[in-house]
This record gives sequence, structure tokens and C-alpha cells, in this order.
Amino acid sequence: MILFLIGLFLLIQGFPAFHVAGWSFFTSSGFQTVGKTKHFGVEASLYGTVVVAVIALAVGTPVALLTALFLSEYAPKGLRPYLIACVDLAAAIPSVIYGLWAIFELQPNVVGISGWLARHVAWIPIFKVTTPKVNASLFIAGLVVGIMIVPIVASISREVFSLTPPGEKEGALALGATKAAMIRRVVLPFGRGGMISAVMLGMGRALGETIAVVIILSETFQISPHILQSGGSTVAQLIAIHFGTGGPLGTHALLLAGLVLFAVTLAINLAASAIVSRSRSGAGVDL
Amino acid sequence: MTSDDSLSLTRGAAGLVATDVCAWFGGRLVLENVSLGMPRSTVTALIGPSGCGKSTFLRILNRMHELVPGAQLAGSVELDGTDIYAGRLRATDTRRHIGMVFQKPNPFPAMSIYDNVLAGLKFSRIPVADRDALVEMSLSKAGLWNEAKNRLRELGGALSGGQQQRLCIARALAVGPRVLLMDEPCSALDPTSTARIEQTIAEIADDVTVVIVTHNMQQAQRVSDTCAFFLAAENEPGRIIEAGPTDVIFSNPNDARTMDYVHGRFG
Amino acid sequence: MPRRIGTPLRPRDFGLADVGILVASLFSSFLLVWVVFYQLTLLSGGFGFLVCWYGSFLTLYWTVTSQIIDRRVATDRVFSTLVITGASLVVGIVAFIVGWVTWKGATHVRANFFTKDMSHFSPADPHVLNKIGVAHAIVGTVEQVGIAAAIAIPVAVVTAVFLNEVGGRGTRLVRTVVTAMSGLPSIVAGVFIYSILVETSLSHYAGFLASLALFILILPSVTRTTEEVLRIVPGGLREASLALGASEFRTVWSVVLPTARSGMITASLLGIAIAVGETAPLFFTAFGNNNMNPNPLHGAQQALPLVLLDFVRTPQGALVNLAYATAFILLSLVLILFVLARVLGRPRTKKAVWRARLRSLTQRSKTSEIDLPKNVLMMSATSIQKESP
Repeated sequence: MILFLIGLFLLIQGFPAFHVAGWSFFTSSGFQTVGKTKHFGVEASLYGTVVVAVIALAVGTPVALLTALFLSEYAPKGLRPYLIACVDLAAAIPSVIYGLWAIFELQPNVVGISGWLARHVAWIPIFKVTTPKVNASLFIAGLVVGIMIVPIVASISREVFSLTPPGEKEGALALGATKAAMIRRVVLPFGRGGMISAVMLGMGRALGETIAVVIILSETFQISPHILQSGGSTVAQLIAIHFGTGGPLGTHALLLAGLVLFAVTLAINLAASAIVSRSRSGAGVDL
Repeated sequence: MTSDDSLSLTRGAAGLVATDVCAWFGGRLVLENVSLGMPRSTVTALIGPSGCGKSTFLRILNRMHELVPGAQLAGSVELDGTDIYAGRLRATDTRRHIGMVFQKPNPFPAMSIYDNVLAGLKFSRIPVADRDALVEMSLSKAGLWNEAKNRLRELGGALSGGQQQRLCIARALAVGPRVLLMDEPCSALDPTSTARIEQTIAEIADDVTVVIVTHNMQQAQRVSDTCAFFLAAENEPGRIIEAGPTDVIFSNPNDARTMDYVHGRFG
Repeated sequence: MPRRIGTPLRPRDFGLADVGILVASLFSSFLLVWVVFYQLTLLSGGFGFLVCWYGSFLTLYWTVTSQIIDRRVATDRVFSTLVITGASLVVGIVAFIVGWVTWKGATHVRANFFTKDMSHFSPADPHVLNKIGVAHAIVGTVEQVGIAAAIAIPVAVVTAVFLNEVGGRGTRLVRTVVTAMSGLPSIVAGVFIYSILVETSLSHYAGFLASLALFILILPSVTRTTEEVLRIVPGGLREASLALGASEFRTVWSVVLPTARSGMITASLLGIAIAVGETAPLFFTAFGNNNMNPNPLHGAQQALPLVLLDFVRTPQGALVNLAYATAFILLSLVLILFVLARVLGRPRTKKAVWRARLRSLTQRSKTSEIDLPKNVLMMSATSIQKESP
């Protein structure tokens, strides 16, 4: 009910902007809404949002799944509740604080790696840089967001893994399987649906993450595969930074951008929910 | 510890000898000084009331007991002279030689019948020359071939309870174990399936030593050559009260408690 | 005739030789990377070194183990290592962040941070740190989150009760809506409230609007957690109560909800903790303010995460310490709420029994359709005792 209202309002408010920009809203980038040449579009921002989300998933998913497996299969009984609490705490830490930590601690360390990659592996296009600065890049933003989605993906996955029927696990072990083999052939296939939905939820979160990106990423509107270099833009960041400036048309444009973001995350969430309820592991898990 | 798996798979049924086996769960002693010989190519039944440690003992025989957090044990279990706990044999290899069928059938529901049978081989990385022949042989021994031969690609979870259990037996046999442990395999099944499984036990006994835990005394009498009677008094660990040939245990046991149990006076 | 019992042991497949392989792999990979790093090439950076060392260690470990022992065991060992690494990373980072914020911020906290606001800020003033503070932000956060929680918790409980106890046609729809809402990007929630209330000039920036946005954001998660908690309440309790003639409403109100109370407290506190840290929805609603504005209904308000963001984005020399201190205050608030949630959430059986008894006594004095007799609640209390882990 509320959702429909949200969608509806954003649609209404965003329409004037759409009217002015037309379809080029999606194909052009930059944000200047006041002044002679009205020019704005979310193309670069959409690209940046996707890049950040992809990096975040690439970094965060393996770590989250490994952590979930550790908690459900390997952790000593006494330690488990504390570790689970730790992961839940990680989900509760405000994104400002992640951003703060990232810009002061993470970035200086990662810049070294970025620089090295840029210097030595530049023949792979994504690692090339055309500007000398490698901080404030999409790569680093993606890393931070990746760290931030780990708790979400991990806790859903852990719940799913712990629902694996113990009879099947025992059966595999009794046949002479090693623990890793048992996990690979029993736990993971069982948890496939839950894992997918966990990842999709993480993706939804990564797409919508605003604050960390605002803090880390320096805003430039360009589409390039050079993720290591400084600059980029995501939709959420765009809205956050430019709000209040740009006059009424700007506001409409931002609302439209918000609508786009909302539509994408809604689609992903509904898909995740559908997948999980259809899978073996989904029946008991609540998203 | 390097793997010294000198027990090759081609030697057929092996004998198990358990000596002074004790078991603890989190500090509580549940089995005390259990010693039992299970000669090769025989069927041994472990009988006794619920909760006196028969299943625990069974799980010690294939190193499944140690998977429980807080579980400890003492004593030795020798498979044709090699102590499986001495440290030269890995647990995973032990379980290849000593297979297990559980009370609740647990085929892998997402795998086909064909793949279920071969699952153990995949885990142990045993190369198979002729998969189809092995599947047929295992399913035949388990008494499922006729019913399954046209449904090999169907999912394992789609079978009835009795069929699932026979599938589990086939799966366990496919690995070529030298001993097969069965933990109340028929307790959840109907009489027809039970009869078929008892027939299977009789047929495989030459190639595979069988140790079966059962609550059903008639079943114990039907299938086993030797019986071991377990009992745990209140707040006491489980022990073997008496063990010997089945007909002796059931007709003329030494201990009065054994006599009471086999005549249904308790348990 | 007592015989000697053997000493208990847990058989391990990880003997001395295995430890040897592990240590040898660690050591040789370290040497290898060290040589490559410092002698052969001019790579640098402690971080990069660690990464390379880890990678080469895993490769070496797998190769050696698979040669000496077995490929399956090698894969198993490497996998275990990976799993442990993953978990350690997560725990490590959390500990690092908490520790880092505390270390950097705790020492800079001053008393006036809690009492003053930013209205007297001027960068050139050498004593500026005595004149400013984040009191306005604290007040803002407390009010905004407070109102949001006050609306959200009852709604969440009602929704959870509907989904779990009543059920019926609407269940799937409501559940889908709740799930979809849970993925709403925080900034969109703020934008939405803005567009319907501010744009249309129904209101100006106000803390209250932020509460609405926060409400949208935390409703799904509190609902979900509460529903889970309600589901755990054993069905036998409901049956017992209904069998004695109590209405469904009465059953829920007097039996189910009290039983689930501790879980619901956890759910609510967790929701509050998350709301405290949300920044993005506040942009267009509360907007931020340098002055203290204790009125949530009118006028822009500041909030802790928002003010922190300001500090981070506009680095002024004098403000750096204030920023860290604010971060520390914010994190402490979240931590306290989190710990409270876990501590209060533990099911305490004895208390449940007493509460049940008290309740049955107080019910006698109320005029209601049915007085649930004492023995129902006693029965429910003892079954709680049996069923709680």
C-alpha cells in the first residue's frame, strides 16, 4: 500500500524532469540544472552504481559465505553465540562510521594496492588509470560497500545453512566424505536458494548505499572502465549531494533518479523473495 | 599423520574386535568397558532397551561418535587387526571400510537414484571402471533393482520409505565396505520392506560383516548369528551384560536380566 | 568388580606431522614472498605483502598436503583455512572499527560536547572547542528516533500478529509488501517523505518528518523479527487458552504476547539501534541545523549521524577531534542499544512464571469477558520452562 504510494508520488514528482530531459535522462550524465544549458542525466551515475555494486558483491559475497559456513559448521559451540552477535553488530554499525573508518584507515592502505595494480597490470583495461590519483575511486567505494553488505549476506546464509537436514550431512560423512566435500555436496546445494536471495538482498543494499559512497567517492561524471582511478558517481550519491541545489527542476530530476533507484531495488527484492520461497531451504527462512 | 590405508578394498568381509570401549558425552560416561568380537562374515545383533548405548557403540565402530561436540572415547576397535583409533588410519578412510545405514533413510533428495548409489564413490574418489554395472549390482544386492531399473534418473527423494532405505543400503554397499553397520534400519518401515531388508542382510553376510542394532527381538533372532545384550541401570553407563550365539541368548542365557529382556518382561 | 576405565580422548586427524606441514608452508611462503618483494622487485606496502603471503601460503599448503597425504585432505584443509580466514576477517574488522573509533574519539570527548550546539562556531577561534558541541544533534536523534519507534513498534506488532496469528487472505500480500519495503534504499525513504510533505508545502523541514522516514525504514525489520518471535511461542499455549473459552484476542493479548515479550524487546531495540545510525533519510527531512531546535514538529533539526557526516565532509582542523568524539558518542549509543537488546532479550523462565502469576491475579480485578484461570497460565508457564532452550 505504502509502496504503491511511494512509487506513485515519485512518478508524479519526477515527471516534469522527464519531460524536459526526455529519454536522454538515461543516456547523458552530469548535473547542471540551473543556467542556460539545462543538462542532466543519470547515465554516469547508473554506471557508477552498478560498478560499485559489482565490486561490493565480488568482495563481500565470498567473505560472507565463508563466515556463514564457519558459524554453522566449524565454530565451537561455546563461541558461536558471541560470533553471531558480532556479525549482527556489524550490521548495526552506522554507515557514517564505516565511511569515516574507510576514509582514514582503509583508503591509505588500499591506495598502495591500487597504485601497484595500476603500474604493473595496466594492460588489463580496468586496472589502467589516466589520472595520477587513485584514491576516492569506485574501487575503494566498492570495497567499503562490500564490507558493509557482509553481515546481511552472512546472517541469512548462516540461517539457511543451519537448516540443512542433519541426516543428509551424517549420511555423507558416513560414506567417507571429508568435511569440505560434505559441505560442497550437501550443505551448499541445500542452501542454494537462500544463498541467492541473501546475495540479492546484499545487492539491493549495495545499490542503495549512500553515505559511504558520499564520503569516499569524489564526484565526477564519466563512464570509464578505469575503476582504480579517482572519481565516479552513483545515483544515491548524486541525490544526496545535489539535493537542495538546482532549483525546482533539479529537485524533480533528483526525484526521478530516486524513482529509478527505487524501482531497481524493488525488482531485485521481489525476485529474491520469490526465489527463496521456491527453494528447499526457503521454507523456514524469513527474509 | 600420513594415510596408511593398507586395508585394500578387495579383501572382502573383515572382522571387528572392540576392546574396553568407553564413551563420554560432555563428561558423562555412557558406555563402560564394552568388549565385543564381531567375526568376519557374520551378523551380530545388538539388543537391549532404549538408551543404553547401543547406537553410541555402533557409532564408535565407524568413527562417527567423535563428530559430536563434547564426545570422547577410550579403548580400541580393531578391523582385521588394525586399530582404527591408533592414528594411522584417517577417519574418512575408516568410514569407507566400515559403512553405515541409519534409522531414518537419508538418500540425497536432490540427486537421482543413479547418482545416489555412486555418491560414496565420488566422496572417496574411487575410480570406477563400469558405473552402470556397479549401480546394477548394488541395487540388486539391496533388493531395489527391479523396482528402480527403469527409474534410475528419478530423484532419490521421490521413493517410498522402504525404497529409500534400500537405496541407502545400495549406496553404502557401492563403496565396497568390509563391514556394514545398521542402526535400527527397519524401525520406520512397513513389514514388507522390513522383510526385504532382512533378506538383503542374509544375502550380503558373506561379503560384508553386518552389525545391526535392533529393538525387534524377533528380527534379531531371524537375522543374526551372534547377539550382544546391552543394559544401563539408572544413572549408570551402558554395559554388555551378555554376548553369545543367538540361539543360546534367546533360549538359555546365563544372566537373569537377559532372560527377562528376551522374554519381553521389560524394555 | 570395578575395572579400570581408560582415559577419555578425542581422536584427531591432525597429528604432529600435520602441524609440521602447516608451519613449514607458512614459513616457506613467507620467505618466498619476502625474497620476491624485497630482493627481486621493488614492491612495497605491508598490506600487499600480507595478501601475497596468504595467497602463496594457500597454494603451497595445498600442493604439499596433496603430495604427502591426499588430494581430498588437501582440499579439506585449504577450505578450512579459507573459512576460518573469512570469519576472522569479519570479526577483525568489526573489532578494528569499534576499537579505532573508541581510541580516536573517547579521549576527545568533553563535557561541553553534550551541552552546547554549533551555533557559536567560528573556525578562527582558538577556544572554539569549548564553545561548541553536539547537544543539538543528540536531542535531535533522541526525538526523531523516539517518535519513529513510538509509531513503528505498535504497527510492527500489529502486523506481526496479523501475519502470524490471524492469517487469512491478506497474508501473502502483506508479507510481500513488508519484504519489498525492507530493501528500500534509505535515501529514497527520505526523498519520498520530502516529496509528499515538503514539496507540496504541507510542512517544512522538521524532525517529525525524519521520524516518518525512519519509521518506513525500520518497520519491515521489526515486523519480521517480531513475527519470528511470535512463531516460536508454542502452539499448545494458544490451544490451551482457546479451549478454556478465551477469545482469540484475549489469547494473543494475555498469553502469546507476554510469552514473546523478551523477543519483542530485542526486536524493538535492534530496530532503534539501526534507526539511530541512519543518515540518508535525514537529508531531506530534518535537514540539519547548527542551532538547537528541541521542537520536532517545526523547523530543521540536527541529528548525530548527520552532524558527523558534516564534520567528515568539511574538514576543518579544529573540528577533527570533535568529529572523532561525535563518532564515538554515536557508536557508543548504538553499542549500548545493541547490548541492551541482547541482554534484555534473553528468555528468563523464572520471571515468566512470576509474571504469568501476577497477571492472573490482576486479571481478577478487571472486568473482562473471560478471566483466564490461573491454571492455564501456570500450564503455559511450565511449558515455557520446558521448551526454552
